[in-house]
Amino acid sequence: MASVGTVNAPSTGGDQTTRAPAQPKRRRALWLALVVLAPLVLAGCQIPNFGAYHGATSQGKDAFKLWQGFVITGIVVGIIVVVLILWAVFRYRRRSDDIPRQTQYHTLVEIIYTVLPIITVLVLFAFTVVTENEVDATPKGQVQVKVTAFQWGWQFYYPQTGKVVEGETVQSPQMVVPVSETVNITLVSADVVHGFYVPAFNFSRYAQPGVVNHFNFNVARAGVYRGQCTQLCGLYHSLMFFSVKAVSPAQFESWVHQTGGISPSIGRLKAQIAAHGPGA
Amino acid sequence: MTDLIDTTLTGGDIGHPGVFEEVEAAHEHPEHGPTGILKWLTSTDHKVIGMSYMITAVVLFYIAGVLALVMRLQLASPTSSLLSLSAYNQLFTMHGSIMMYLFAGPFAFGGLANFIVPLQVGAPDMAFPRLNALSYWLFLTGSITMIMDFFVRGGAAAFGWVAYAPLSEATNSPGLGGDIWIMALVLTGFSAIFTGVNLVATIFYLRAPGMTMFRMPIFTWNMLVTAILILIAFPVLTSALVMLFCDRHFGTHIFTVQGGGSPILYQHLFWFFGHPEVYILALPYFGVVTEILPVFSRKPVFGYKGMVFATMAIAALSTGVWAHHMFTTGVVLLPFFSLLSLLIAVPTGIKFFNWIGTMWRGQLTMKAPLLFCIGFLFAFLMGGITGVILASPPLDFFVHDTYFVVAHFHQVLFGTAVFAGFAGLYYWYPKFFGRMLRDHLGKWHFWLTFIGFWITFMPQYVLGLMGMPRRVATYPTNLGWQSWNIASTVGAFLIAAGFAVLLYNLWISWREPILAGDNPWDGHTLEWFTTSPPPHHNYLHLPPIRSERPTWDYNHPDAPTVGHGKQVRPRPGTPGAPALVGARSGEGSNGSDGRSTTR
Repeated sequence: MASVGTVNAPSTGGDQTTRAPAQPKRRRALWLALVVLAPLVLAGCQIPNFGAYHGATSQGKDAFKLWQGFVITGIVVGIIVVVLILWAVFRYRRRSDDIPRQTQYHTLVEIIYTVLPIITVLVLFAFTVVTENEVDATPKGQVQVKVTAFQWGWQFYYPQTGKVVEGETVQSPQMVVPVSETVNITLVSADVVHGFYVPAFNFSRYAQPGVVNHFNFNVARAGVYRGQCTQLCGLYHSLMFFSVKAVSPAQFESWVHQTGGISPSIGRLKAQIAAHGPGA
Repeated sequence: MTDLIDTTLTGGDIGHPGVFEEVEAAHEHPEHGPTGILKWLTSTDHKVIGMSYMITAVVLFYIAGVLALVMRLQLASPTSSLLSLSAYNQLFTMHGSIMMYLFAGPFAFGGLANFIVPLQVGAPDMAFPRLNALSYWLFLTGSITMIMDFFVRGGAAAFGWVAYAPLSEATNSPGLGGDIWIMALVLTGFSAIFTGVNLVATIFYLRAPGMTMFRMPIFTWNMLVTAILILIAFPVLTSALVMLFCDRHFGTHIFTVQGGGSPILYQHLFWFFGHPEVYILALPYFGVVTEILPVFSRKPVFGYKGMVFATMAIAALSTGVWAHHMFTTGVVLLPFFSLLSLLIAVPTGIKFFNWIGTMWRGQLTMKAPLLFCIGFLFAFLMGGITGVILASPPLDFFVHDTYFVVAHFHQVLFGTAVFAGFAGLYYWYPKFFGRMLRDHLGKWHFWLTFIGFWITFMPQYVLGLMGMPRRVATYPTNLGWQSWNIASTVGAFLIAAGFAVLLYNLWISWREPILAGDNPWDGHTLEWFTTSPPPHHNYLHLPPIRSERPTWDYNHPDAPTVGHGKQVRPRPGTPGAPALVGARSGEGSNGSDGRSTTR
């Protein structure tokens, strides 16, 4: 993360130098130091999470680091622009009827504030591509789960053993996966577009008719993680919950081999919702 | 460049005699036409039509705002029973549809542009006045159709303003609600296309002598680019909606998997419209800000040409970023759309620095229009920074379709359409009616809106990061979401209070007018040269046009623009305050003025 900070520091610093007025040099230097040092100091100690989950999966952790980098960059850029605006607003309030110098162009300044954002954006893009490739990688894992979203529930199917879990709306189903093993998810939809979203995993993906999506996650810690449909899918969209439970591989093995009872029946669940409302 | 401009000066030579004949004929009877209600029903005057547009759009803004307040009330409690799930889905669909399709765009390109662009380029009217009237009446019909959606059996459309197939197909959303929604948008879509044609023709062919392309005010530039974007984007929306209608009624399977169609195609088509649409909504308001900041700083706009090229760059990039709305579909090329989306930050950043540069070392007059512009800068900065975050697919993965996105696009659209839109209203109101809005009430309006804005939308970022999806009418009680939702609701009512102040301000300006005079702000551009309100066909005389701010040049002959270290002055022989020239000098009587100076 320190690298994101250092890459951005010169760009933002250069901006400040060229656009600040000449008079209060010392205060400006102080600001400059603050702006340049802030990311470095932050990188040195604990970087705050800026409201996001740390990521319960290895993919989620990568996305989280990228998030920190983007937010720090955003804060640095934001502070510079806010300071410039506030400076202009307070320093240049109308004090007389004199007409100010009618400056329209300053080629050097214009080139600087064109080039620096381009550099910043390209750096952000480079980090984006690296993280994207990590998050989107789908090497073959030990466990496969086929997720089918429907109005308004989820079906989790484990092809290796034939295990099926399903549920609708408030009787939300739970997907069980082993901790620290690679899980391959295959995501499809039975009707309209849905969104498979586990906030703690820092990840979501559409379930769409006509598209088969693949992604992986490696859950780092045991626990229960809530999930919800994010893409508007009709009347009971607000109630389309599920959860993911990460357990030890041994517990998972014994769980996934208990296959009796449920058979795939999305049609029956949909008919049930239509007849009796959600959770009936 | 010069050759091109010179041919445009002589309208009769370039194959558009009809336009000029119509203008000529009307000009001989400056006070022709009915008055009162008949005037509003039959007029082809761009000012009357523009005003109709603005009034209609503000009424629709009010309706959609009330819908938002009801939704915020519902969300203040996780188990609220104020609205049913079905009613909530209808409400956010209509709130989004009205705000996006019927308020933000039409207020700008139908209202402000209609009124201001012909004035700014020194034209007597839009190029096609009757087409202009048709645009408005289509827009009004479409708007009424949209509102009627609430009253049909089964209720209004409830598939969101994006109407993703197959949710919007007949099997999943049966009933008239969806059909009426589609028809309303087809009507307003044609209205937008006609207005786009009209604006392009007006700006290319009806500029006053001397007004070269690079002497056009930035607002006019932005409207030109917006109009071109309209012509690129709106036909795609209209066709997608017609296809959707065929799927719903005529048995086609364009967007259904069962018949071999592709639901993803709908998303591509929609966002190929939808992302340029975002800039169709934003660019006019950028233009408004770029008009107001120079006037209230008493300086020319900083980096004029950079501003123009930044606008063009934004428009060009905006046609290549649509799939950043589809990052989580898993079927788009992430790096390409990510890079182009991130790159939009560059021209937007240039604009920001140009705005700051305009204020730099100026003499800032802290009146309501400037305050709203500064509010816009802060709002758009926040929305822009979170926009950069959203342009990165791994980050979009975890905030997509959550309240983070809701907060982001409301900050962008509220920043533009509301802050800059109100800035424009306060700024041009004296030109519209010849009377002022009360400035102290304007400041109340501003501070209520500004504070309410942050209280409404900042908690929504937090909610999004906590995992609250958008478009939910209810949420679990045990997740700590309620307090943030309550804050957001309180903020929304502050904004509403601000709007109430504006309504009072409008009313009092009508009851006890404060006369404005023709040029109360010491304006820069041509519209401030004529009377307030402008006469029929706008100008009896025009000043010489030698820069993008002819009225300033005329009023301050001793304070011309300083550019690149050298002074730009009228050429020797043309005095600083030259004689007025006739408005109808398209035949070249003023041609020498037009060509006399270049930078």
